[in-house]
Amino acid sequence: MSDVAETEDTEVAVEVDEARESLLAEITEELGDALVESHLRPGDDLWIRVSRDAWVETAATLKDGMGFGFFNFLSAIDWLPSPYGRDMDSQVDLALAPEEAAEPEPMESGYAGGDTRFQVFARVNDITTNRAVTVKVDLPDDDLTIATWIPVYAGANWHEREAAEMFGIEFVGHPNPRNLYLPGDFQGHPMRKDFALLARRIKPWPGIVDVEPMPGEDDEADESSASEDTP
Amino acid sequence: MIALAYWMETTFRSLGGLAAVLLPAGPIVYLFLFKMMSFMQSRLGPTEAGPAGTMQLIAEVGKWIQKEDIFPTKADRIVFAAAPFVVLVSSFLLVLVVPFGPDAWFVNLDTGIFFALAVSSISVIGILMAGWASASKYSMMGGLRAAGQLIAYELPLVLAVMGVVIQAGTLNMQDIVLAQAEGEIFGWGGIGNPFIFTQFLGFVIFMIAMQAELTQPPFDMPVAESELVTGYMTEYSGMRFLLFFIGEFATAGVFAMIASTLFLGGWWVPGLDPDSNLFNVLGPMVMFGKVLGVTFLVFWFRFTYPRFREDQLQKLAWKVLIPLSLFNIVLTGILKVAF
Amino acid sequence: MTSVSESEQLRYINQQAADARVNVEIETEGMTLNIGPQHPATHGTLRIVAKLDGEQVVAAEPVMGYMHRGYEKLTEVRTYPQVTTLVNRIDWVGSFANETPFILAAEKLMEVEAPPRAQYIRTVLHEMSRIANVMLGIGDMGVQLGAVTPIFFAFRDREYVLNQIEAVTGGRFHPNFDRIGGLKDDLPAGWIQNTKNAMDKVLDFCDQIEELMYGNEIFQARTRGIGIIPKDIGLAYGVSGVNIRGSGVDWDVRRDNMPRGLVYDQVDWKVWTHPDGDSYARMWVRLQEVREGAKIIEQLLNQIPSGPVMAKVPRIIKVPAGEAFVETENPLGVMGYYVVSKGGLNPFRVKIRSASFNNVSITPWLLKGVYVPDIITILGSLYFILGDIDR
Repeated sequence: MSDVAETEDTEVAVEVDEARESLLAEITEELGDALVESHLRPGDDLWIRVSRDAWVETAATLKDGMGFGFFNFLSAIDWLPSPYGRDMDSQVDLALAPEEAAEPEPMESGYAGGDTRFQVFARVNDITTNRAVTVKVDLPDDDLTIATWIPVYAGANWHEREAAEMFGIEFVGHPNPRNLYLPGDFQGHPMRKDFALLARRIKPWPGIVDVEPMPGEDDEADESSASEDTP
Repeated sequence: MIALAYWMETTFRSLGGLAAVLLPAGPIVYLFLFKMMSFMQSRLGPTEAGPAGTMQLIAEVGKWIQKEDIFPTKADRIVFAAAPFVVLVSSFLLVLVVPFGPDAWFVNLDTGIFFALAVSSISVIGILMAGWASASKYSMMGGLRAAGQLIAYELPLVLAVMGVVIQAGTLNMQDIVLAQAEGEIFGWGGIGNPFIFTQFLGFVIFMIAMQAELTQPPFDMPVAESELVTGYMTEYSGMRFLLFFIGEFATAGVFAMIASTLFLGGWWVPGLDPDSNLFNVLGPMVMFGKVLGVTFLVFWFRFTYPRFREDQLQKLAWKVLIPLSLFNIVLTGILKVAF
Repeated sequence: MTSVSESEQLRYINQQAADARVNVEIETEGMTLNIGPQHPATHGTLRIVAKLDGEQVVAAEPVMGYMHRGYEKLTEVRTYPQVTTLVNRIDWVGSFANETPFILAAEKLMEVEAPPRAQYIRTVLHEMSRIANVMLGIGDMGVQLGAVTPIFFAFRDREYVLNQIEAVTGGRFHPNFDRIGGLKDDLPAGWIQNTKNAMDKVLDFCDQIEELMYGNEIFQARTRGIGIIPKDIGLAYGVSGVNIRGSGVDWDVRRDNMPRGLVYDQVDWKVWTHPDGDSYARMWVRLQEVREGAKIIEQLLNQIPSGPVMAKVPRIIKVPAGEAFVETENPLGVMGYYVVSKGGLNPFRVKIRSASFNNVSITPWLLKGVYVPDIITILGSLYFILGDIDR
């Protein structure tokens, strides 16, 4: 809480922090054991991670108990680093030049922890008090199923269909688990990291192409990383 | 009167009928659809084809004629092909009873207006044929909507005309014009008695019902472009669509002729002797001018208003227009007897 | 050359049709009407399968994906400035508004703040994209209902706004102007005065359209009482923006949760709501928001500070690791980007929360029991853009 750099923001950050801290306390009290981990970025946002069995219970608590009536979105994250490279630090195509890969990137999760590859996350808002919370849940690799939020938030219907077809997650109890975007006979789950993006298979990475100068500035640092990159 | 052989007379009448229906359609399309609509929407409309875009309609006719004649696979070919002609037949039959001058008429029926109203319902059959035979759900919905709408609005049309008939005392169209020419408004005979003044309510009802009979907005549910693409006309292409298109404007012109005959005095202008031979030449031109005036109103409403929903449309016809026109008849009857 | 017999053609067509029906759950009792994907009414390639009973809808289900471009996958292989180009095309009518939340999320992770001048210009362009978008929506509502004239007025007056956007960004529809840390360029000379003139024309248009369309009895008969969205159901579906403010919910992200980087708190403006919740209410709120947008822009232009338009950021932008979510009040509703970064050149995962996706997800519930013409009215009043739904 005190590692916010700008001094003029400290006052603001502390106030907002109190609101979020109290929100976190309230959630902890309501959810109890279901809450596995949480992360609060002062002045910014609140993330909580809950256990899979309490997914719907969390939703009901948030909506009916705490007034988070606005359903923002629901989706999933695949934390596996892309086996094809061309991703953040490895600017080489690992499929074409596998010997360049020193060792596989370790899989790290984001805020509020998590140790599985797939996480489902959702966000809900309370519009009367301007609070919002992002809820995450881990899915074990061998059992990509989770209960549906539709009984609580009716809007989760389409979001869950999209997450199901994009990531291969099954939402138990969904009344209409058909593909939302993809054609009926589509095979594979596009948003998974091991699903190849065909465009990048066909045409190699064009390299760093946005080299427009900043208005009224000369070349800055980070030239070294540019010279390293060769497609 | 020059005595002609029967076959020559019939030929002239037939050609004249064709001309009377199709010739006004051209200027109506140009003036109102191309130019007036464009100016209302702050754009110019066609300007390239011919001077100020006057040849645009000819260019469009040429374009439509040379298109492929497509039949939907499941369409009933005979009915599909016959539908546009059935719709056009009613316009041609309608123009037969319209008088263009004291002696310039095609057929002088004693039951002129009765015949006209009866014949105007033939187009409903044509539209239903088009909607059903197209074997498409959109077309069928358009056809059914049209049937409901056209039948519903026949009644206010007829009842509005009843007021005119009571005032003129005759069903003969020529005599209706003469009644307007020689009549008097409450004793003052300066400009005769064009029934638009004494039958103003009837005129308004007739115009609304006419707008609905022509399936123009605000009554164009059958052709609701944003829902049914073009309703019963969706599956038509090429020459057949052109027949519908021209038919729409030709019918507008013919209905306007009927309206001008009934309410505006037809081929007669105040100040000239209705029996003079001059009117045989002047009459058609006067009629054309009045037709342009009436169609101006029709198309002005068309481009301004959004469309009614089907149930609101029916409500307007049955719950508003019919009681009003009945009231109009009663009032006319009372005033006719009193004065 | 082999010729395909007509029976073979018929068999092929029937097979295609059968395939299309496989993906549709509604069975053929009553009449199943397929509205779209090519259709004058749907703003793009949206397909609604409606099961009808005469003219009443028994069930309706949108089928989408005809315009799905896979944005969330594409963002994973693009650098942050390249993602800006991509993201312009989600809501392609109010395109600057799409860039803003993404850039703000990246700036939040980098802990960079754009200079004040850039923040003001960003807000001005955000409001101008709102005006351009909503003017088209208002004109389009007229066309949906059969009034062919208002849309021409809308396009005519929208030209002034688009010309101003083009003058500063170089693109009418896809400005691609926002950069992490500020903007690409400064304003050209005379732009401020020209934009104020354009805003006057926009206000004239609003008065004109209020008289021509909103005052029309037929328009009111077609829209009043149609498609009422109750407050709590709308919120449960995630309906946002004008659609929920038309139901009386007083929530506007610009006022309540303004992201750091926009300057709505520096001007005096009002949030419009309407209690009815029907189509007329939504369209009315849209009109008022256009007026309000013009006023906001005038005030902002009077207060623009001078200074640089770009903060000091490295030329090759590597956003530090973290997650950030920023939502803004876009023309179509609330749009948000959830950016997950692992410290590299590309984002690791971007979840695009597009407004129309949630707005249209309420249609199966909303369209039960309405007439076929009302489908068009409701869709027009919800005002979505296909790119926003399908991403």
